[in-house]
Amino acid sequence: MPVHPRTRVLGAVLALSLALTGCGDGADDDAGPREGGTEEDGATRDSPAADSLTLDDPWIKAATVEDGMTAVFGEMVNDGDQEVTVVAASHEDADTVELHEVTTQGADATMREREGGFPIPANGTLPLEPGGNHIMLMGLTTDLEPGAESTVTVELSDGSTTTFTAVVKEHAGANEEYEGDHEDHGGDH
Amino acid sequence: MSRPREGTGGGRWSRRGVLLAGATAGVGALSGAVVARSTATEPEPTGPPRPHGEGSVSFHGTRQAGIETPPQANVRLLGLDLNADTDAEGVRRLLSLLGDDVARLSRGEGALADTEPELAAVPARLTVTFGFGRGLVERVAPDAVPAWLTDLPGFDHDALRSEWGQTDLLLQVCSDDPVTVAHAARVLLRDARAHTRVRWIQDGFRRAHGSERDGTTMRNLMGQVDGTVNPAPGTEDFDHLVWSEDGPGWLAGGTSLVLRRIATHLDTWEELDRPAREAVVGRRLADGSPLTGESEHDAPDFAATDAGGLTVIADFAHIRRARSEDPEERVFRRGYNYEDPASGESGLLFVCFQSDPVRRFVPIQRRLDELDLLNEWVTAVGSAVYAVPPGCAEGGFVGEGLWKG
Repeated sequence: MPVHPRTRVLGAVLALSLALTGCGDGADDDAGPREGGTEEDGATRDSPAADSLTLDDPWIKAATVEDGMTAVFGEMVNDGDQEVTVVAASHEDADTVELHEVTTQGADATMREREGGFPIPANGTLPLEPGGNHIMLMGLTTDLEPGAESTVTVELSDGSTTTFTAVVKEHAGANEEYEGDHEDHGGDH
Repeated sequence: MSRPREGTGGGRWSRRGVLLAGATAGVGALSGAVVARSTATEPEPTGPPRPHGEGSVSFHGTRQAGIETPPQANVRLLGLDLNADTDAEGVRRLLSLLGDDVARLSRGEGALADTEPELAAVPARLTVTFGFGRGLVERVAPDAVPAWLTDLPGFDHDALRSEWGQTDLLLQVCSDDPVTVAHAARVLLRDARAHTRVRWIQDGFRRAHGSERDGTTMRNLMGQVDGTVNPAPGTEDFDHLVWSEDGPGWLAGGTSLVLRRIATHLDTWEELDRPAREAVVGRRLADGSPLTGESEHDAPDFAATDAGGLTVIADFAHIRRARSEDPEERVFRRGYNYEDPASGESGLLFVCFQSDPVRRFVPIQRRLDELDLLNEWVTAVGSAVYAVPPGCAEGGFVGEGLWKG
């Protein structure tokens, strides 16, 4: 079995977290930003961040192995009193999973990995939608057929994880170009 | 409750408000002064009445919506065939996706991943009723096909065209707003695309919402009052005639749907003068009353004779031939007019529901096929039979019982 690329993504995110922690110096534990809430100082939170996170109406754009890429959408809901941050994700049928944002200029949309992951404010929501933030699945190992359901796992900045069951839907949109990849790839993720 | 909730729309919907709006609009055309007085005597609070488009019918319940639901103004019938490589699991996914779409759209919400959710905001009593052809049931549970789920026997007067024939799946999309119908159909076809191909789409219409008093029997494009004798939803008689009491378990509490695309030959119908037209049917054109009665719902007197000794309602009259001595041979009709501007064809999308089409519908059609002068001006060009499963609870989908056998 090949090395799961998720590990690579997680590594990058962990490095980012450490950098933030160093920056904040970890002085004000109680009021500190949640980005600093890694395992080391996660004790400031009473319960795992994942406990307050849900993904409403999760769905995945139908795609085949040949397509290679697709994305997960829905609305992330944080019903806790503290901000939570999704820092990584994985999917049972994708080699690589990244957290993406999309910038649109005119009708040209470009997606790229989102630095710092997806922060969801306390008692707030973050929509994941075509043309906006999404969980990018790459290197599909099986066809994701309309009506099928599959499991998405997200990891939060305190190391806690939670899973969602997403339904696969046909969708014509969500065709953003990958940044720096304009020439040679169809862009249909 | 067994019947779908009508027009609750989260309490926003006021039938009285809509009736008032209609009355006020009608009066307003005559005199602004009358409108002022009318509104002054009404203790209605501020603001205009709620639009009827807010009215919604729940998708969930022990019965499917769109059967007992008072007929909406518009229908789009989607006839779909399963792809050859769609297996039982594919059918389950298809029905699950469609069920979720309908649940949301019925509430006036966009479907999941709806690209035009704003169009869903006006449900206007949207209902989508699922019917399964033999092909779909065989694909999932070959041993659970009811005996009657097969082609109707041939009738001499039929001129069936395969383009309007039996399909594996039927979606009956009804709403009082044609834009809502168009959007819902588009969403459903998008989600059906992976597992089906469209065989036909048949659009039908009645009078626009609010044009007539509720409960008015529809008129077909021949000008006839069409559907006077019809069991009333909510009565024991209706329940007995329509809901399936025996047969495979997955269909308990369901029914069957017979669809007949009946072309009417208006060019030759127009050659007939009114007395002849009324004799053909046995009812008056003005109000649908039987030729032996005073008003629409008077019982016809089939024995009554005229001065010459002939029966007033002729032997060949449509209503005499359609009526059986056997009260079990009755159906619930819920049809729509149709027009195909491209071909110039128009007619009736005859839709009826009954617990068993062979027991209830076929004998009626046989009698009409043997003798009915109306056959001179109407020809069935399409025919199909569907099993209509019971409704489903929230989170479920129509037809899930097929997987529980």
